[in-house]
Formats: sequence, structure tokens, C-alpha cells
Amino acid sequence: MSGTRLDPYSDRYAARTHGMTASEIRALFAVVSRPEVVSLAGGMPAVTALPLDAVGSMIGDLVSGHGAATLQYGSGQGDPRLRERICDVMALEGIGAGDGDAASPDNVVVTVGSQQGLDLVTRVFCDPGDIVLAEAPSYVGALGVFQASQAEVRHVAMDGDGLIPAALREALLTLRAQGLRAKFLYTVPNFHNPAGVTLSVERREQVLALADEFDLLVIEDNPYGLLGFDRDPLPALRSRAAERVIYLGSFSKTFSPGLRVGWVYAPVAVREKLVLASEAQILCPPSLTQYAVARYLDTQPWEQQIKVFCELYRERRDATLDSLAALMPDGVSWTRPDGGFYVWLKLPEGLDAKVMQPRAIAARVAYVPGVGFYADGSGQRFLRLSYCYPEPDRIREGVRRLAGVIESELELRATFGSIDPSSLHGGGDATMRGGGETPETPTANRPAISGSSPGADAP
Amino acid sequence: MSHPAEPAGKTSDALRVVVLAGGLTFERDVSLRSGRRVSAALRQAGADVDVLDTDADLLPALAAHPCDAMFIALHGASGEDGSLRSVLELAGIPYVGSDSVASRLAWDKPGAKARVSKAGIATPEWVALPHSTYRELGAGAVLDLILSRLGLPLMLKPAQGGSALGAVKVSTVEELPEAMIGAFAYADTVLIERFISGTEVAVSVIDRTEGPSALPPVEIVPQSGVFDYAARYTPGMTEYFTPARLDSAASARVAELALTVHSTLGLTGLSRTDAIVTADGEVYFLEVNVSPGMTETSMLPMSVAAAGLDLGAVLADLLRAVAHTVDRSDVRTLSRG
Repeated sequence: MSGTRLDPYSDRYAARTHGMTASEIRALFAVVSRPEVVSLAGGMPAVTALPLDAVGSMIGDLVSGHGAATLQYGSGQGDPRLRERICDVMALEGIGAGDGDAASPDNVVVTVGSQQGLDLVTRVFCDPGDIVLAEAPSYVGALGVFQASQAEVRHVAMDGDGLIPAALREALLTLRAQGLRAKFLYTVPNFHNPAGVTLSVERREQVLALADEFDLLVIEDNPYGLLGFDRDPLPALRSRAAERVIYLGSFSKTFSPGLRVGWVYAPVAVREKLVLASEAQILCPPSLTQYAVARYLDTQPWEQQIKVFCELYRERRDATLDSLAALMPDGVSWTRPDGGFYVWLKLPEGLDAKVMQPRAIAARVAYVPGVGFYADGSGQRFLRLSYCYPEPDRIREGVRRLAGVIESELELRATFGSIDPSSLHGGGDATMRGGGETPETPTANRPAISGSSPGADAP
Repeated sequence: MSHPAEPAGKTSDALRVVVLAGGLTFERDVSLRSGRRVSAALRQAGADVDVLDTDADLLPALAAHPCDAMFIALHGASGEDGSLRSVLELAGIPYVGSDSVASRLAWDKPGAKARVSKAGIATPEWVALPHSTYRELGAGAVLDLILSRLGLPLMLKPAQGGSALGAVKVSTVEELPEAMIGAFAYADTVLIERFISGTEVAVSVIDRTEGPSALPPVEIVPQSGVFDYAARYTPGMTEYFTPARLDSAASARVAELALTVHSTLGLTGLSRTDAIVTADGEVYFLEVNVSPGMTETSMLPMSVAAAGLDLGAVLADLLRAVAHTVDRSDVRTLSRG
């Protein structure tokens, strides 16, 4: 007699679907959307700070006045006018600003968010088993793409100035000694997700020098580069090494994530493959949202709007850092971002952010456990806080709740964390108990020690 | 081309039902899925269904649009711990299932075990203690005592809650401290049970008008050996046999056990009892649920189908049985008061 597994396709799935299972973490996040919960979890931009009426009438006009184009299929590479404007945006970070390397719309491929761009790049370069280098920690969405492509991620350490060049050299030397080669280095140089740190100018040169020395391709993912609080944008890696760097850009943080418009800026040979891969995947990016972004850049004060966003995020960053400094117990440390969305917090020794998460949800505060940002299962002591979405008062309340959760977890660790398992004999033969055997026949009708249990005495 | 069967359609005397789903618990996602399944089945059966969440808008909405009866598809507190049911009783809103007192008893796993144990039902030996007890007396000494009495393996569960969240099997002493910390993340009290090997079954009890009856038991065979959250809600990770592959005597015993649990705890409407049948045919009560899962991978709907019944019709019967038992003017009075 056979039962049912409720999945008649279970013998047909591709190997890459292994691990795609229901998860407790995902279940816990179901409550995050409720207003009672202060969510410091999702990196949702503050889109209500946009001139919504102007954007609404702009998009309405695109449909009523230009529907023949905006509701139609478009070019697989993306709308030419938008690609021109993307070059203007990249110029703010030095791409195409000199050295005869004018940014060319011909080398821009518009994508459905930069996430699709990263997926395309990975499809074009990675076969199963190929090695990718990525910071430790790294963007969880990128790790998902690499996992889906069955690539192997090797992490490279970071500190407060971003990726550590010496660690990168070490990783490259190790690969060389093993007769292996990384297909590329994936890096988020500005206001890193999740670490919040920025690769210093000096290190940018060192990383590119290593890329030259080891013939390393660099994937520069830069969604946050224009969201600095205290200074002008740093030069993009792509601005210093045209043939060595593939650049991923996005309008999700500077305009709207709901429109799903990003891009890849790549050398000619790669660009061709990206366009073909994208056409196979989605035929063409959505016309309406591309026109919307192009029209927004043409008609709205978008650079001024980015300054509005920066001021708003700076205020929320300050609320976060001030609250953390005032409320966190000893042993907790965190990064101090000068742009972007995220603070990366390290818990005291012995604490595990994933294990602690149900307690946090019960206390009505949400964060993202650090383990998701590592491909190797490490990161238990870390968690990511996003300050981009909640108002400052809510951030302060969320940090207050989180501090209480950490205090409670420290108490729990103090109770159970110091137990030496070898001291637990149970008054009998420890080896027998360690062997997983039931030591005696259950006397199931008699609650063994339930008389000492407050719960057991409940009515 | 054939089309799916059309809903029976609303008529002027269609049963007006509110399905409660969502809530602010660890099981919100499961509840939302249960709510979708229940509401679809009821609409198919011709009911007029609204799905509502539990928030500050709920009572005003119920006062403005009174229903004939409510189905609670909430999992976890407050849908199962009796608190919401107390409010519905205050408001005079008829609902399917156990009342607030019985729900509170079933919700607390150690309390339910103690009560059914007194009624002569076998249940794995256990102890349930709050964190404060371990802190005061020393966790090592207390755990040592527990190990000496219960041995290994052990089953650790939060004293309240469902979907196996926080539940873990402990096979070695080395695993025990971390498992305790993990379980305490979900509740202030942790239930520690002797682990009993055997066939895991879920027995649903439905109480329409002719008294409670046990539906065919579902046998659960998780691929990983542990029926955890992933095994429960990922199609393909668990094999289910309905009816369970038990001999007729064991089948009768599990049905009897579920009915005894249902009556001993004073449950009404519907319940699902989880039990273990050992190789020598002994049946052990594990826990009972007054708001069983209704998702695509949940056991109560499997049992209903195995009994040759239609889920929507069964649920509509349960709703009709409680409808009009309360004067709805009470609802309005309360909301105005």
C-alpha cells in the first residue's frame, strides 16, 4: 500500500530545487506586515517620500497618451531613451567621465531590477560547481542566485572599510594552489547589504590591482551608491577598470522598487550574451515601467529627490545608532553606516540571532538573522537591521524591544549555556543515554514528575 | 472543455459565515492558508463567506455585518487559547468548536496531558517547567534529574503552540542545552517528554448532530524521520496513509482514544488528536488541537476525504449546528456599550 506525498512531481524536480522547503523563518515573517510589529527586517525604500501625485499623473499620461508604445512589447536590450538616461545616472559615480571611456547606451542592458541582471550575469558565466567569490557576509539575494546556478561561494572577509584586500589575495592564492579559478568576485562596494560598510577609495585601487594580477572579473552591485549621507559618491570600480568590471545598477532605491527597473553595464562581448539570455528569459523588460523611469528622469527633479531620500534616511540612521548606543547591553556591537539602509549587529558570545527570532517576534520586533547572508552556514551571532522604512519613533521603540529580547536571551544562555553535557549523567549510565536508547519501559499512564510541573496542575 | 463545478451560488437564505484567519502568532501564515481553504470549501457549499483578521476592526465589523456563525481558522494564541473565544462568547457570536474553557485546557499541552492521563489514557511521561525553575535550582541539576527519570531520546516542545514550531527530538545529552534554548524561544514553559517510537497518527473528531465520531486516522511518515515544520508544509516531504496502516484492533484503539480525549477535555465541534502507536500496539496520546490545520497538507481535510465526505458540506453542517443559537442583538448592544 502506498500513501500520498501530496506532490506527484517529486521524482521530476531538478537538483537545484533541493532545499526549497517550507521554513520556520519564512513563517515567522508572516506577522511582520502587521502594524503591531516594528519591522527592522525588510529593506523597503520610503517610497511615500516621492511626489506621488506627479508620478501618478506621469504614468497615467504614459498610458493614455502613449499607450501604443508603453503597452507594447519592446526591445530585448531595453528602451534606447532609458539607456541614455542610465548613462547620465552612472556619470554621477564617474562611469564614462574620463579616459575616453564615455558610457555608451549600447552597452547598457535594461533588466527587471538588478536582481535579474545578477541572474543573467551568473547564467552567462557560471556552470554548476564553478566558484564565485563574495564578501562575508554577502547579499542574500545574490547567494540565492548563486545557489540556483549551483555555483560554489567562497567568502572573503570584510571590516569597517569593506572587503579586505589581503583576504582577497589569500583567497585567490588558495584557489591558484588548488588549480582552481574564480569565475568572478561579487561585491557591493557602497553601504553594503547587509554590513552597511563602504569600500574605501584606497582599497578600491587595491582590489582592482588584484583583479589585474589574478585576471579576476569583478561584478560590482551598486544599488545604494547615490545614498551617501556625508559626502559625494565614491568612484565606481567600473569607472577605473572598463574591461575588468561588470556593473549592476538599479532604480529601486533612488526611485521605486515596485517598477522593477535595473540594468547591467557590460563590455560589448558580454553585453551580447546578456541580451540573448534576457530575451530567452523574459523576452523584453516591461515597456511601461521603462518609459515611467525615463519620463521621471526627464521631467522630475530626481537628483533633488535623492537628496530628500538621503536626509530622511540619515535621520533614521541617527535614530538607530543613538538608540543602539543608549539601550544595547554590553557585548553587542554594530557597524555605523554613512549611507544606505543597513546596520549590521553582532550579538554577545553564545547568542544565535536565528534561535532568538521567535522571542523577537513575540516582542513585536523583526530583524533578519545573519545566517542567511553566508553561504557556509555561519553568521549565527549577526543580524541585520534596516532603518529605511520605519519612522524614527518606531525605530527607537523597535530597538528598545530588541534590547529586551537580547537581555532575555542572555539570561537563557546564562542558565543553559554553561552546562557541561558530560556532567549530565541522569543518575545512570551516560553512555547508554548518549546512545539514544530508551532506558526503561515507559510507564506511560503515570506522569513521571508531573507533580512538580505547574503546567501539569493546570485545570 | 469542461469547467470546474460552479459554486452552488448564494441565495437569500445562504448561510452567512465569517472565517477568522491570520492573527498575530507564529502560525499566521498557516492560518491564512487554512482560512483560504475553508472559505473556498464553504463557498463551494453555497455559503456567503467573509474572511476577517483579528485586529481592532474585527468587533465593529461583526457588529455592522452580523453573521450566522463563525469558523475560527486561527492557529496559536489567541484563536486556540480560549481568549478570543471568550470575547466571542461575550459578544454572543456563535462559532464552531470548543468553548473558551475547554480550549484553554487543550491549548496547554501539560495540562491536557494531565487531564487525559487521569482519565486512564496513556501519554508519554513528561515534565513541564518554566525557565525560572531551571535558573533557581540550577539547569544542570534539574536536567540531570529529568534525564535520570525519562532517559533518552526526549521530545522537547514549547508548552503551548502548534505546527511543531520549537519542537525538537533530543537523542544525546550534548544536544540538550541548545534544544532547551531553542524551545524557550517560543514559550515560557517547555514540555519535556520521553520519546516514544512508533507509528505517528492524527485522528480527527467531528461532532455534527449525531454526536462525536472519529474519522479515518492519518498515518504520518516524514521523509526525514521528524515531522517538523518543513515536513508538515512542504508537499513531498511526508508520506501520508489514510486510513493508517494499522490492524483493526489498533485502529479501533486510536479512534477510541481520540473520542475519549475529545469528551474528557469537554471539546465540541471538531478536534484533532495526535498519537503514537507502538510496535506492540500500545497507543499514546501526544496532544490535541481545537483548531486543526486546514491547509493543502493538513490532516483533517485528508480524513474528511477518506471518509467520503465533502469538506465544505461538513463545515457547513458544523456552522448550521451553532447558527442562530444566540440573539445577535447582543452583539449590537455590546458594540454600542
